[in-house]
Amino acid sequence: MNAIRVRGLTKAYKGHQAVAGVDLDVARGEVFAVLGPNGAGKTTSVEILEGHRDRDGGEVSVLGVDPAEAGREWRSRLGIVLQSATDAATLTVREAVQHYARYYADPRDPEEIIDLVGLTEKAKARAGTLSGGQRRRLDVALGIIGRPELVFLDEPTTGFDPEARRQFWGLIKLLAAEGTTILLTTHYLDEAEALADRVAVLAGGRIVAEGTPRTLGGRAHADATVRWLSDRGYTEIRTSEPTKAIAELSRNGELAELTVTRPSLEDVYLELIK
Amino acid sequence: MTTAVALPGTLSLGLARGAIELREFFRQKENLIFTVSLPAILMLLLGTVYVTEPAHGQMFAASMIGAGIISTSFVGLGMSVVADREDGTLKRLRGTPMPFTSYFLGKIILVFVSSLFEAVLLLVVAMLRFDVQLPSTAEKWFTFGWVFVLGVISCSLLGVALSSIAKSTRNAAGVLNLPYIVLQFLSGVFLMQSALPESLRVTGSIFPLKWVCQGFRSVFALNDGYAVMEAAGSWELGRIALVLGAWTIAGLVLVNRTFKWSNTAS
Repeated sequence: MNAIRVRGLTKAYKGHQAVAGVDLDVARGEVFAVLGPNGAGKTTSVEILEGHRDRDGGEVSVLGVDPAEAGREWRSRLGIVLQSATDAATLTVREAVQHYARYYADPRDPEEIIDLVGLTEKAKARAGTLSGGQRRRLDVALGIIGRPELVFLDEPTTGFDPEARRQFWGLIKLLAAEGTTILLTTHYLDEAEALADRVAVLAGGRIVAEGTPRTLGGRAHADATVRWLSDRGYTEIRTSEPTKAIAELSRNGELAELTVTRPSLEDVYLELIK
Repeated sequence: MTTAVALPGTLSLGLARGAIELREFFRQKENLIFTVSLPAILMLLLGTVYVTEPAHGQMFAASMIGAGIISTSFVGLGMSVVADREDGTLKRLRGTPMPFTSYFLGKIILVFVSSLFEAVLLLVVAMLRFDVQLPSTAEKWFTFGWVFVLGVISCSLLGVALSSIAKSTRNAAGVLNLPYIVLQFLSGVFLMQSALPESLRVTGSIFPLKWVCQGFRSVFALNDGYAVMEAAGSWELGRIALVLGAWTIAGLVLVNRTFKWSNTAS
């Protein structure tokens, strides 16, 4: 059974169709990224899956349960990592993690979790004094304290500096390695490429492409661009057989500044959301 | 599918919520200054003008305790729910298996403890500065107890219900403080209700504040002869219980209908 199964999901706000018929399957143990520009319907879709929002139409099953009718037991199997919370500011990291552990039947050891998210040195610091990256790691700690089978991460690294993002990715990979299913929304293509087994691109409330980061939008089969510096300046050719092209071109000697590129995930993405 | 181990009970989670709410509350200095100490400070300032004989001190202290617990329950709790919605506390809690009832139990515990602190502080000030005497009979203390409990619960529910109207802590201060300040004038806190025109007196008598203050005055009055100063000429203890009970039920219905976990969800 899939962790998430969605068919024909729709949701409108005051005449604006935020989600216009989304189908989605996420397998157990998979890391799935939803990409899309602001206003594409990412957050609305995820909030419906989390049981935080009603839907207008369609079928939704999350861990085998319809979120609209789910109860405490179902919530205890989910982990939701918030995007911009500033709550519990006067509690220390340890107090917050220990408190949230009490909500679950079989929580992880709070000290172990604090260690896992790399906040051991900050365990006695109040949450309000943490940096942005540390605060989000506390949010992850609170999200996974109950041993969730499925974790939702909504734009988790927005506003991070590059180092904090890399650390955060390491944490997500660790979770994935433990077999946790992860649904991630993000603006960052490198993030999706680094973390996700599969990605879907959401634009205008619809999924416009779906696949692995390598194959999304026909990326793997797209023509390669071979570029080099000749007497006439930079020269480019597009070809499906770059190796053969270079072999022919290089008969007359060395090709200066030779590069072979395929469309980056970003190129494909920008094309898709047009 | 069921989990092997049962989820923790609603009551024990409510107690855990209460403990964490109290910890957060007492770590915020502005709570200690404004919520807990303000009634005692007002007692000290206004008492200097109002209290010209011991009987006045008794009555004024009683009214101020009433106004104080409404301030912590109605205004303070309403504000804290709005803040919980604003800073993500409620959104986070909704994503956990913690039941709403436990959240509310935690809030009620917070209001009980902070109101108690505030009442004790006010009484200490009143006793030291204005020679206010504590009630001496078990019966009076019993009345104090049930008026306190019913007042706190009914006004907490109303505060939570009104918190759904306010979108941010900034406008919550207005939404909650305006009725509270107006009601203090209409409910016999600063002026005896019998001095008000009938229309204002009736308006004040609809809301819980008047009844809570009247109940406390019955407890602190030097003797029951002072009941003639009330609008009805008696303490009306039965009616106090009835009105506060009715507001508790109305508050439950309102909270049930209007409570929102976040400002955006629909």
